[in-house]
Amino acid sequence: MSNQVWKFHNDVDTDQIIASQYLLLPDIESMKQYTFESLDPTFADKVHPGDIVVAGENFGCGSSREQAPSFLKALGVQAVIAISFAIIFYRNSINIGLPVIVCKDLYDNVEDGGEADLDLTAGTVTANGKTFTCTKLPEYMQNILSAGGLISFLNKEEA
Amino acid sequence: MSMTLGEKIIARAAGVDSVKPNDIHTVTLDRMMSNDGTTHLTVDMYHNKLKHPQIADKDKVVFIMDHNVPAENPKTAEAHKKMRNFASENGIKLYEGQGICHQIMMEDYVCPGELIFGADSHTTTYGALGAFGTGVGCTDFLYAMTTGTSWVMVPETIRFNLHGSLREGVYARDLILTIIGDIGANGANYKIMEFSGDGAHNLSIDERIVLCNLTVEAGAKAGIVEPDEKVVEYCKAHGREAVHMFKSDEDATFAAVYDYDLSKIEPVVVRPDFVDNFALLKDVKEEKITIDEAFLGSCNNGRLVDLRAAAEVVKGKKIHPNVRFIVAPASKAVYIEALKEGIITTLMEAGAMIMNCNCSVCWGSCQGVIGENEVLISTGTRNFKGRAGHPTSKVYMASAATVAASAVAGYITGNTAE
Repeated sequence: MSNQVWKFHNDVDTDQIIASQYLLLPDIESMKQYTFESLDPTFADKVHPGDIVVAGENFGCGSSREQAPSFLKALGVQAVIAISFAIIFYRNSINIGLPVIVCKDLYDNVEDGGEADLDLTAGTVTANGKTFTCTKLPEYMQNILSAGGLISFLNKEEA
Repeated sequence: MSMTLGEKIIARAAGVDSVKPNDIHTVTLDRMMSNDGTTHLTVDMYHNKLKHPQIADKDKVVFIMDHNVPAENPKTAEAHKKMRNFASENGIKLYEGQGICHQIMMEDYVCPGELIFGADSHTTTYGALGAFGTGVGCTDFLYAMTTGTSWVMVPETIRFNLHGSLREGVYARDLILTIIGDIGANGANYKIMEFSGDGAHNLSIDERIVLCNLTVEAGAKAGIVEPDEKVVEYCKAHGREAVHMFKSDEDATFAAVYDYDLSKIEPVVVRPDFVDNFALLKDVKEEKITIDEAFLGSCNNGRLVDLRAAAEVVKGKKIHPNVRFIVAPASKAVYIEALKEGIITTLMEAGAMIMNCNCSVCWGSCQGVIGENEVLISTGTRNFKGRAGHPTSKVYMASAATVAASAVAGYITGNTAE
């Protein structure tokens, strides 16, 4: 099934994903409406469960605020597919169970508002009739992601 | 097998003889730090998500309130209460109103060779004492606090050989902003930035803090200065012993090697809205860019040497009437020393507003927030769009001396004494 693409540029930083003035709100539910506020104030209202965020290089640079990937997940975003990620955001995403996919070629082959079809098992993404291969996660990280995130992984380890 | 400094720290924490880049290891952490930016979420997860909530070693955990201290609204007060209660219930050391988390960690905890997780991106600061500090999110922090361990994928190391000394009127902040400008905001993504050479050893610990703190702005996992006698002395002066003084083997493998002649570094201004939007002060000052606010402080640049540099610039002068000059010392210890030296008096007589020692203007969520289209020159850590307030506002980054000179002039300029 194809899902809508929300396309962002290079170097989207964590302050653009969620501005600092919202970080001490009590929980993720009350913060998530401000996601991408400075780039697209209506994003949180318009995004649908299953949609895909596509970005250029260095997505998620800046702060270690885990709220950034948490909101994307809470809003139903299926995955973020970028040319490259900033490492803290990348690690946080896996830890909370949000698939983050490195794909060098998708960015130039899909438009904002277009559609893409992600096959996580095969490690491919299809858009505009073309299929692109994504970089595979190391097994250790894949296991965390498959468990649904680091806390589920920990609870299973201790079971 | 030959290893870099950073690899040796990971090998020690993993309890193995050697590691190599891209290996994944389980490591035992030496210390874990969390601040009030995210601890309330960690506490919620601890109570609601863990099957077996426990703390592996409470003595390795430190909580520091610094982002919104003291609380500015009832919601923050609730988040703080949650953090305070959890610390008290679990016997975790809590700091409140003592200063910025990284400055406190430097003053009270960090030792060379340690592997430290901090729930804050600027945890890279600890490399100033030869430690591997790295920023993590609250889920990573929770796992680490619960198990005392975590996993690390060994990063490659980029070496920066520094030569000589910085000229008078040029600061460590100009150096690291130059390096980030050169390699880019993605230039060290998931790499260790290692600083060595005679130029690195010429830098004081305070200057090394400035260097390591901002390595995350180039994407680095850690920034580490090869530890030396100055590290031993710093630890001793703060009641600690430096034990694990690692350095890279002569034949260690580096992803890249850069050489910097420190005497060639010039004063820098980084333009909005990105940390690698590098320019030279001598070019920017020609534009006479009007400012509304100037900020001196942050985990990068709020120490005694920075306050002293600013005081020298503004001594006997007045801050421009259209400028708010806001100063936040990095810690209570720094604040008290600055009081004793008369620095605070000098700054206040010139017209500065002295704030509580916290993250302040740098993170745009307590006091000193800037409004629509306003322009700030700052010693903070980032100049992202809206970082210090309204999304249309602009943040320029420069050294303490340049910020102070601009506060007096009303536009971006250098110290005329230069």
